[in-house]
Amino acid sequence: MPITSSQVRKVAQLARLELTEDEVQLVSDQLASIVTFVDQLGEVATDGVEPMAHPLDIHTVVRPDTEVPGLSREQALSNSPNHNDECFLVPPVMAR
Amino acid sequence: MNQTPYKLVIGLEVHVQLSTRTKLFCGCPTAFGASPNTQTCPVCLGHPGALPVMNEQAIALAIRTGLALNCEIASVTKWDRKSYFYPDLPKGYQISQFDQPICGPGYLDFADPENEGETLRVRLIRAHLEEDAGKSMHDEGAGKADSQIDLNRTGTPLLEIVSEPDLNSPEAAKAYLIELRLLLTYLGVSDCNMQEGSLRADANVNLHIAQGDTTVATPIVEVKNLNSFRAVERALTYESQRQYSQWQKDGRDITQAPKQTRGWDDAAGVTVAQREKEESSDYRYFPDPDLVPLHIEPRQLEAARQALGDLPAALRERLRYAGLKEYDANVIVSQGRSMVDYFEQAVASGAPAKRVSSWIQQDVMRTLNEQEISIEEFSISALQLAELLQAIEKGDIDNSRGKDVFQYCLQHPEADLDSAKAALGIEAVDQGELEALCRELLAENPKIVAQVKEGNVKGLGALIGAARKKNPNADPKQVRELCHQLILADA
Ligand SMILES: [Zn+2]
Repeated sequence: MPITSSQVRKVAQLARLELTEDEVQLVSDQLASIVTFVDQLGEVATDGVEPMAHPLDIHTVVRPDTEVPGLSREQALSNSPNHNDECFLVPPVMAR
Repeated sequence: MNQTPYKLVIGLEVHVQLSTRTKLFCGCPTAFGASPNTQTCPVCLGHPGALPVMNEQAIALAIRTGLALNCEIASVTKWDRKSYFYPDLPKGYQISQFDQPICGPGYLDFADPENEGETLRVRLIRAHLEEDAGKSMHDEGAGKADSQIDLNRTGTPLLEIVSEPDLNSPEAAKAYLIELRLLLTYLGVSDCNMQEGSLRADANVNLHIAQGDTTVATPIVEVKNLNSFRAVERALTYESQRQYSQWQKDGRDITQAPKQTRGWDDAAGVTVAQREKEESSDYRYFPDPDLVPLHIEPRQLEAARQALGDLPAALRERLRYAGLKEYDANVIVSQGRSMVDYFEQAVASGAPAKRVSSWIQQDVMRTLNEQEISIEEFSISALQLAELLQAIEKGDIDNSRGKDVFQYCLQHPEADLDSAKAALGIEAVDQGELEALCRELLAENPKIVAQVKEGNVKGLGALIGAARKKNPNADPKQVRELCHQLILADA
């Protein structure tokens, strides 16, 4: 199944990826081959088969509503490229 | 309803923060107001490899809410990823529910604010669980400084309750929200504090404009940032007028313009178009592989149904059955379950329902306001109030002396009715005393006597005041009647 360059650009935009023209071409071909591979699944007769939400045959795994110690603020912020010891800092964003 | 050349069509999406101790998928606390970034862990920060596990209490609260909203509860429900990029969403996706929400179709009935005695019904499409995002604090000034991100709220459980577009006026939208909040409060599933963001509403709004034989629908606008009941009413009023004048200007209908998002600016009193996120509708939902599906067993549902307790609609009915008018029943039920209990205890002790209702709405509620306390902390018990109101009903104490007793009991929590009466010098005035008092009054007020003889009875009121100065125990009603009789007998 061919993947057009505009489809690639749209997906890249959604994933916030910047692609060069060469990369768009490369990714188009790569995506086409993986999509073709996955398309084989369409050949299996699935009438009457319940859609599966998870490959494991388990369900309803829950935990009690009790507190578990988390990270200190110092630890929480430590992986961040930029912070002011209180909050994570990110480039200015427009109000939502 | 105001006569407008269009029909206003409103659907509401309400986000309710559920009162769990911990977050939806991790054990971090959900308490409001903590210092920034002190309630996080690898799960809610979206660290690689961290795995979410469902909070059973969030599920129980969602089921409880769904049952009270007459929703079908799913026997199998699952989790989906809603992908978008925003700095306060650390994973790059929100765990939500797409096609198998925990609560399916339901409805909520509420009193029609514009037609007394009528009921409106809002059909609900669904209610689903999802995790909240964090909080972004933007540079208010030039917008050039970095934005600050606090992730304490990230992962807090929300129930999003989505209505059909069944609301046709700003007043109705507000009334629905007030009823929904009251119900949630009775259920104990959320504190519903709008200032702290525990209850947030977005509205989808458009107009249906009659054009000869057909109806034109204006483009749908989603109004965000409705943080108070007043904001809901004002924003919807503004937005309906704005859409009508926009349509008069450009004539564009729903097929000619995409759905738009506008934010309510409470200070300016206007809705403002928000920058459209590119491809904003493409959230690429897919089942979250980190989470297994949830099965809800019939016996779990049955137990939740049994535990629902009395809800506002049923309690209003009960209070009306006890003899209250719809309005009064609603005022008492709106004060919360403890006030209903207080009312019912007083009535069960023998006080007349209407009198209890009126004293609760005036003296009790005023005192609670003044002292900034709840009915649980109120020093006069339902039994004490009942005793006082029974004495008034029997005529042992008149209403205004009753108020003195009420005040005395407030200041002397240990006092009973008899000791309060003794301390205030309240005693029955016998007929001879009363007649002597009235004759004295008439002798002192010949002008009023003359007026009454001419049929102008207004002056009798002044006599009551004068009587109470002479003897505070004189029953105003009796004074008035006796004076009137004496004057007429004399004429
Ligand atoms: Zn956490």
